[in-house]
This record gives sequence, structure tokens and C-alpha cells, in this order.
Amino acid sequence: MSQPQSARVSDPLIGTSPTGRTAAAQSRGFHLSTRTISVLTLIFLLAIWWLVTALEWIEPLFLPPPSAVLEKAWLLMTKGYMESTLWQHLDASLQRIGLALGFAVLTAIPVGIAIGHNRIARGIFDPLIEFYRPIPPLAYLPLIVIWCGIGEFSKVLLIYLAIFAPIAIATATGVRTVDTAKVRAAQSLGASRWQLIRHVIVPSALPEILTGIRIGLGVGWSTLVAAELIAATSGLGFMVQSAAQFLVTDVVVLGILVIALIAFAMEMGLRALQRKLVPWHGQTH
Amino acid sequence: MALLQLERICAQYPGAAQPVLSDISLSLGPQQLLVALGPSGSGKTSLLNLIAGFVEPSAGRITLDNVPVKGPSAERGVVFQDDALLPWQDVLANVAFGLELAGVPRAEREARAREMLALVDLAGFESRRIWQLSGGQKQRVGLARALAADRRVLLMDEPFGALDAFTRVQMQELLLQVWQRSAKPVFLITHDIEEAVFLATDLILLAPNPGHIVEHLKLDFGQRYSAGESARAIKSDPQFIETREHVLERVFSQRRAIQEQRA
Repeated sequence: MSQPQSARVSDPLIGTSPTGRTAAAQSRGFHLSTRTISVLTLIFLLAIWWLVTALEWIEPLFLPPPSAVLEKAWLLMTKGYMESTLWQHLDASLQRIGLALGFAVLTAIPVGIAIGHNRIARGIFDPLIEFYRPIPPLAYLPLIVIWCGIGEFSKVLLIYLAIFAPIAIATATGVRTVDTAKVRAAQSLGASRWQLIRHVIVPSALPEILTGIRIGLGVGWSTLVAAELIAATSGLGFMVQSAAQFLVTDVVVLGILVIALIAFAMEMGLRALQRKLVPWHGQTH
Repeated sequence: MALLQLERICAQYPGAAQPVLSDISLSLGPQQLLVALGPSGSGKTSLLNLIAGFVEPSAGRITLDNVPVKGPSAERGVVFQDDALLPWQDVLANVAFGLELAGVPRAEREARAREMLALVDLAGFESRRIWQLSGGQKQRVGLARALAADRRVLLMDEPFGALDAFTRVQMQELLLQVWQRSAKPVFLITHDIEEAVFLATDLILLAPNPGHIVEHLKLDFGQRYSAGESARAIKSDPQFIETREHVLERVFSQRRAIQEQRA
């Protein structure tokens, strides 16, 4: 009883808490959050871009001013470039990666579970995946074009292959590192093989699976854009490539910015999904 | 009623030179609470894993009501050292998990789980997440989960090891109440001598290299508690103290023997 009382009495006398508060306020004044620093960096870069173009240090052919890019963006959204609007290009790219991702998730997760869970499946799939995974997708694109032609299918197939490996490998790792105690607990509660997979193994591996999807989407997106640069008649990569051939630099810059924005949005979306689906991940329990 | 029998059990890990357990025989029936006590390396947990069916013995036979034990099953409930709860389920779903696996309808299994949570003094914690619980609360959820389904035998691997002294005593008394009511055989591992002497109807002392039974004591302090005597009165009874000292002496003499062997 006496201690808190004396503390309360001494407070206004020595004034510990007011000084403490000032110190906190001071440090708050100098302390920038990491996010603020990131935002300031972006603003700084934009300012330099604007400055060097406004002072005409660099020719617009090499680097158009931000205003020109914005104007072009408006034009592209309303009128279009190369017979399609920005939306149509974006739509073509997103459809390809969406389809490939959908198929990859549907197939790579079961395959990953099988690799992690079953010795024979590991024997079959491990060398196959490890063989083709290190090959840059663009290196086997020509072969896919020879086999499947230049249509949508070969592009989706290429991206699918690029996404498949990281998801399957991450899933297998997640399955292999499942806590034995949890598996045994479920077994001693009467779990059958399928119940074990559904109630223990898949939820345990979910953080790794989502990380695999994140990595896969990153690889898939860069593969997609690269594939569109080579062989396509629509899509963001095609838009950038054809604009470059006619030295329409503002469209090139705009295309690169949109590609970056989409990649950033996908990454953020997946991180949010990870927080929502696996709130226990990283919790000390 | 359930009768668990182990006949001349040996166990050896692949690649290991010495077996972890050699020639273990015991039987565990209704109204019995068998406590295995021994230093680390004496094969306590291996013994439990054998009975649970997580590993197979290299020799010998384990039967439950004359049916050979093959692999883990819901008839032998296990409470683990570290709670082994599923963090993607809330407390209620964890307790109801065994019943869910057995296909019990939701309303029924949740009612049963609520009952069990009340039994372990965790009513009101149903929708908590696992990582929001303290160590003692998690251990109690683990116990409730093992009790929720109707087990024939209950196996417990140092279930109270991580608890503070006060919670530990509460849990021991709770276990005796549950055991008394259900009359089911319980197999419990501990390294706490007082806990072992207080709970056991049958106390086996294990010694390492390889794990074997050195002494089998029949005790009745747990039954006296169930009959209404207070825990404090029992623990200060000269007979209790004498037994505790005897067990302590046996454990220490074993340890001395091991040290001499090494030296």
C-alpha cells in the first residue's frame, strides 16, 4: 500500500511524469515512422524526376516529364494505344496471370502435399521440379511456342510452369515441417489419413503455402511481362515493347509504372490475406 | 472395462546401439492410476509412445482388452507435455476436435466441449484463441480435449510439468476427481516425486540404460483423497512422507550408480 502512495505523492513534487512526457514528445518530433520515410523517398524521387525534366536537362525522348506521362495515361485510358485501351492491355495481362495462378494453386498444392507426405510422390516429383525450376522460363518459351503455337495457351502455360514450382516446393516444405506433436495429438483423437491432412497438415502448412504463392506470383508476373515482350498482340508487356519500337517513351514509362503498381498491389493483397488467414503465424504459443 | 497389458516389451530406435526399453511387463486396469517415474533417459516417454501406438515395440506385445494395439487410436487418449493444441481453432473447437473427427453433430459436440471446459475451470474461454492463453490454461484445454471423447485409457506425458505450483496442485486434484468418477485406467508420466506418490495407485520406478522397471509400489494416497481426505492432510501424513523419502532415496541411489558407472 505504501509504495504506490509514495509514488503518487512524489510525482508532482519531482515531476517525473511531466519530464517523461516532454522527453517522449521530443523524441516523437525527431522520430519518423518507417512508412513516412518510405513515402518521403518516393516523393523525393518524383521531385527529382520533375526537376530534371522541367529544367530540360534530359530530352523528353529519353525521359518525358511526369505531366506528359499523366496526360498519356488519361489518353490511354480513354482512347487507347495500338487499338486497345490501357484497360484492355491490363485486362489481357491480368487474365493470363489469373488463369495460370488458378491452375497452379489447384495443382501445385496437392502435389506439394503429396511430396511432403508420401515417399513415392517425393521420388516422382522432386527430380522433375528440381530439374525445370532453375531454368529461366524464357529459355523454354521457344519450345512451348513450337509445341503449342503463339496463342493464349502457350503464354498461360509458361506462367503456370513458372508459378507451379515455388508453390509446390513451399507446400512440401510446410508439410514436412508440421509439428509431430500436433500430428500425434490428432491421431490419438482418432483422425484418419484424410482428416489429418485436412485438419492438421494443410492448416499447419498454410503460412508456407501463402509464402509460396507470393513468390510464385512475383516470378509469374515478371515471366508474363517478358513473354508479352516477345510474342503477343495485347498486354502490358506488348504495350511497352511496341511503344519502345516507335520511341514513344511516355507510354513506355507509363507501362513500366503500371506493371510495378500491379506487382505491388498483388504483394500487398497477399500479405493482407496472410494476416487474415493465418493470424497465429508468428505468435509465440 | 478396459484392461491394458504390456508383455515383455522392448524398444529400440533405428541405428541406436542400446535399446531404450527392455523387458517391460505391466498391466493397467480400471480403478488404476499408474505413474511412471524416472530420470530423463529412462524411457518414460518412449513407453507412453508405445502404448499410444506412435511407435512400435521391437519385441513383446501390447494389448487392450486382449486386442493388440496397432497404431494410434481414439480409444487411447493422450495429454501431451507441450499442449499440442491447434492454433487455427479456438478453444471450444480444440476441445470438440476429437468428437468432430468422430462425426458428432456440431450442437452435440459443442455442448459436450462446454461441459469439459467447465470441468477444467475454463468456462467463458470458449472463443479465445490458443495463443491468448497462459501455459496452465493451454494444458487444461489439452486435458479437456482428451477427456471430451469417451476414452478407454488416458495417457498423460508430464501433463503438469509446465504449470506453476498452485495450478499444478489444482490440476492433480482435478485429475483424481475425473479418474475417480470415470474409473478409467490412467497412465501418467512425471519427474515430480511428490506428484507421483500422491496420484499413483501403482508407482513404477524406471532406471535408464536400457529403461527397465526397478520397483513397483502399490499406493493408496490418491484413493484416500478421493474418499474425502484433504490433500494437505495426506501430504503431511508420516506414511506419505516416508514413502516419498523412500522413492527419493531410490531415485538418488540410481543416479549415484549411473555416475559411478561413468567414472
